Amino acid sequence: MNAAPNPWIDPSYVVDNWDTILAYTAQHVRLTVLAVLIGTVIALPLALLARRSRWLSGPVLGLSTLVYTIPSLAMFAFIAPFTGLSETTVLVGLVLYSLVVLVRNFLAGLQSVPADVVEAARGMGYGRGRLLARVELPLALPSFVAGIRIATVSTVALVTVGVIVGQGGLGQLIVGGFNANFYRAPIVTGAVGCVVLALLLDAVIALLGRVATPWTRMPTRRRAGRRAATAGSAA
Amino acid sequence: MSALGDAVLFLNDPFNWTRPGNGILVLLVQHLQISGAAVGLALLVALPLGIWLGHTGRGGAFTVALSNVGRAVPTLALLTVFAVTPIGFGPEATTIALALFAVPPVLTNTYVGFRQVDRDVVEAARAMGMTGRQVTFRAELPLAMPLVMTGVRTAAVQVVATATLAALVAGGGLGRIINLGFGQQDYGQVVAGAIVVAVLAVLTEAVFVLLSWLLTPGPRTLPRLRRARATA
Repeated sequence: MNAAPNPWIDPSYVVDNWDTILAYTAQHVRLTVLAVLIGTVIALPLALLARRSRWLSGPVLGLSTLVYTIPSLAMFAFIAPFTGLSETTVLVGLVLYSLVVLVRNFLAGLQSVPADVVEAARGMGYGRGRLLARVELPLALPSFVAGIRIATVSTVALVTVGVIVGQGGLGQLIVGGFNANFYRAPIVTGAVGCVVLALLLDAVIALLGRVATPWTRMPTRRRAGRRAATAGSAA
Repeated sequence: MSALGDAVLFLNDPFNWTRPGNGILVLLVQHLQISGAAVGLALLVALPLGIWLGHTGRGGAFTVALSNVGRAVPTLALLTVFAVTPIGFGPEATTIALALFAVPPVLTNTYVGFRQVDRDVVEAARAMGMTGRQVTFRAELPLAMPLVMTGVRTAAVQVVATATLAALVAGGGLGRIINLGFGQQDYGQVVAGAIVVAVLAVLTEAVFVLLSWLLTPGPRTLPRLRRARATA
């Protein structure tokens, strides 16, 4: 079928199209980081609200499960009539999906704060705001970081579906190569780029999390943090 | 927004359902065939492997790593890569790609389900003279069933959802409706496709919740009722 050579890996393709690849990568990073940032800002109050009562946590978690069940292509299709073929369409969808992961992990993190620690802080005269900022949030941080890592990695993968509205970051390379007579070099470049980007962002967030929680590296506390991380990744 | 009205009109036109070639019914059957084959293939690989790893307690790090890597690889990338291999684009490539993504959730949940079985129960089963096989299938499996079924349900919903992406690389399935709609700048058709796909995904979820309820041994209370009773 292929008369011309069509190698899987072609360094000259990457060199010749460096500017294009860089532009798509920039869009990919921009969409991912924005989606997770906005998701985090919305998820925190939702998690705090859901923790308040069982009446609220039921609907919040149920709604997030429903959102997660809707296929990404359908999600972008639902949003597109309102925002058109723009980056906003992709961003709104990505935020909704990241919310599902983030709210669950944030809630689990807040609920994992030991009750006696909260009690002790109250006994020391901590008000509600100070209790949250100085005691609960730091203790829930490992769980938060685990949630943000999962959300980031799955968002990087999801951005590619944005190709349906022409805003799919590295996904543009993948589908573009497919449409250009099954040109393999851009397909592989886009696919590998996605995986590398996901692992890179994951490592950066993990590092930030480590820096932000020095106490989890103390010998006695180390295992608790690690357990929270694996529990998050299994969810 | 008139898109929703147009979507209702689109779904109300019987010809859009029965049209040969790319009518909703034809695409639905295609979608279900691909999804069913992919889930079946994944179960064939992941269930025995998960049961074996869980029973012996080996490979915990492997299953966790597999599910993490699986999350980082975009489905669309794998679908496209398979489409340009000698397998070619079509139902086979889509099925294999989807099956690969269905393996991690089944494997991880089966493994965790088996590991979470109370060690005392396993010991008691052994002490009663059960062989390794009997312990696996008559003590561990029934107790691990809720988690195993969670894995199967996650995999099935995910496969039904991602099968829509096949349309982006010239595959079949319900994603075609959405893709064609975008191609024709017809937002009514786009939203109509989204509704059909979303309803199918939610239905799949519901069917598997029911299935896992039927397959889980013990008192048969509906999941939601059980919780309500526990609080009462």
